[in-house]
Amino acid sequence: MSAPKRKLKVATTSLAGCFGCHMSLLDIDERILKLLELVELDRSPLTDIKHCGPCDLGLVEGGLCNAENVHVLREFRKQCKVLVAVGACAINGGLPAQRNHLDVRECLTSVYRTVPNDPELPLPLDHVHPINDVVRIDYSLPGCPPPADALWQFLTDFIAGRTPSLGHGLIHYD
Amino acid sequence: MTSLETSQTDKPTRRISIDQVSRVEGHGKVTLLLDDEGHVHQARLHIVEFRGFERFIQGRPYWEVPVMVQRLCGICPVSHHLAASKALDVVVGATQLTPTAEKVRRLMHYGQMLQSHALHFFHLSSPDLLFGFDSEVSKRNVVGVVAAYPELATHGVLLRKFGQEVIRLTAGKRVHGTGSIPGGVNKSLTRAERDELLAALPDVLQWAREGVDLVKALHQKNTALYESFGLFRSSLLSLVGPGGRLEFYDGVIRARDADGQVMVDGIEPKNYRQHIEEEVKSWSYMKFPYLTALGPERGWYKVGPLARVQNCDFIHTPLAEAERQAFREAHGGQMVHAPLAYHWTRLIELLHAAEVIGELLRDDDLMGDALVVSGERVGEGVGIIEAPRGTLIHHYKVDSQDLVTMCNLIVSTTHNNQAMNEAIRSVAREYLDGHEPTEGLMNHLEVAIRAFDPCLSCATHAMGRMPLYVEVRDASGAVVGSATKSSR
Repeated sequence: MSAPKRKLKVATTSLAGCFGCHMSLLDIDERILKLLELVELDRSPLTDIKHCGPCDLGLVEGGLCNAENVHVLREFRKQCKVLVAVGACAINGGLPAQRNHLDVRECLTSVYRTVPNDPELPLPLDHVHPINDVVRIDYSLPGCPPPADALWQFLTDFIAGRTPSLGHGLIHYD
Repeated sequence: MTSLETSQTDKPTRRISIDQVSRVEGHGKVTLLLDDEGHVHQARLHIVEFRGFERFIQGRPYWEVPVMVQRLCGICPVSHHLAASKALDVVVGATQLTPTAEKVRRLMHYGQMLQSHALHFFHLSSPDLLFGFDSEVSKRNVVGVVAAYPELATHGVLLRKFGQEVIRLTAGKRVHGTGSIPGGVNKSLTRAERDELLAALPDVLQWAREGVDLVKALHQKNTALYESFGLFRSSLLSLVGPGGRLEFYDGVIRARDADGQVMVDGIEPKNYRQHIEEEVKSWSYMKFPYLTALGPERGWYKVGPLARVQNCDFIHTPLAEAERQAFREAHGGQMVHAPLAYHWTRLIELLHAAEVIGELLRDDDLMGDALVVSGERVGEGVGIIEAPRGTLIHHYKVDSQDLVTMCNLIVSTTHNNQAMNEAIRSVAREYLDGHEPTEGLMNHLEVAIRAFDPCLSCATHAMGRMPLYVEVRDASGAVVGSATKSSR
């Protein structure tokens, strides 16, 4: 018969986002305790694992605003069997992409005059990009942020081996 | 030993880093420069992201702003939602909100204070305090807390849930709601909503008290560590309310020096610019604010719970006031600068927030129907609020077409920039200097940063239009040039 069921490994990250999607994940409230019985967290803002290991599922919040975001996203794509764009910023750049009609150099110099410039600071991209500009994504969960119930529905479907499907009222874009 | 901000040594050094700082909100990293003998020559907390909200807000209609700017931060969106609303109240001439609007906003804000403090303590920081700073990585997180202390973890989750429900019922949504608008609010509470929250309150107060008891017990068990870890002395700054009481929603600016002497007091929010300036350093996108009168070297300060609880003269709710007194007595009435004391004061504030929510829920004004006022339209407004992490300043100019022409934000975490850097330098001196930097030792640096509950996303969005003084340094740290840009 089948081997003992191992816990699914899940990694999460916030790129150029606000952590609101992660907050919405925590907004499943007491169900988080159940979720943690079913999955093992890998790299996530909630753990101190700094690099993503091989995972079954990767949840990516936020778009791409600098070179480091691109690097982290590629690490996630490489390590995660299934990658999900969570929320408006990951799907289309979101509010941070409002800077796309501005020239980033002008933007920086108007603020700092002498722009912070240090090997430790990742280079800003000239435009904020949605994550599917750089890697293939498997699912998107819309919303700013996606409702907690949508995240819960997605995760429970995924964990149970069903094709995730959001029902009535769980897809909205605000 | 030098300040450790910039290496002064000629010896070869190697760089080690924490990339990224975890269990905090946003993107930051720490770098250290060590020589061959393991002595630390430089320690910096870098904020590595730049977004530019203040620039792209320009040209947008002012009424969009409270909803747009809360996307600065998903943990404390209500802070930005309300600080922007308060600034734009001034613009629409709403000098006095209706009692319903003011109380609904207050309820929203105290709900946020409760949920954010609960999240920070129970989900993010408690693993360090419960398991040890150098405990096993795989256990040192909320999953470990759930396994080892299931009741505590559950209460943390439920406390946060209650705060989020307060936000949902006042703002329409738990994250990025729409309840507050320039001049007031767009909804009040129904009786059923009010009763639902009131019914949950006794448990919430009980869990909040248990939280304070836990953090007190942790301090008592290991007093020497809690009083010395990451220690540095600094001034502090916050809003205070009427009579000098602890106040999160509205007040005047007060700052005390490291000995507790009041340096400035009664500063109206609209005059903030005369008192606070910001410095830029080449190695971080986060600026370094300071009190103008004292200059950048001596004028920096800390904000947040540890500043607020010691800056106020009293807390007007009885349970939290008793805890404030206990906190003072435990330290002989002396000013407390130890970063880990942030946790203690944060939980006192959490208890206070629960008490104030109770006060507000028993006030029928919450269910009133006078929601919005307006008056003489003016071109500029400042709104200041005490966000969970400290003082938050929003400042806008709006033209006759109702479009924003200027936006300046100084967010809570930015005020703590120098303080967090001082804390990691203190830890680097005490724990890392001359030692092989293990993962556990490196986590000590993060423990110091976490105490401040930094919200690095907020800080990275901010790009101010404050007067700037910029120094250009060469590789050895010598100043080779400087430039000044004054405010308009």
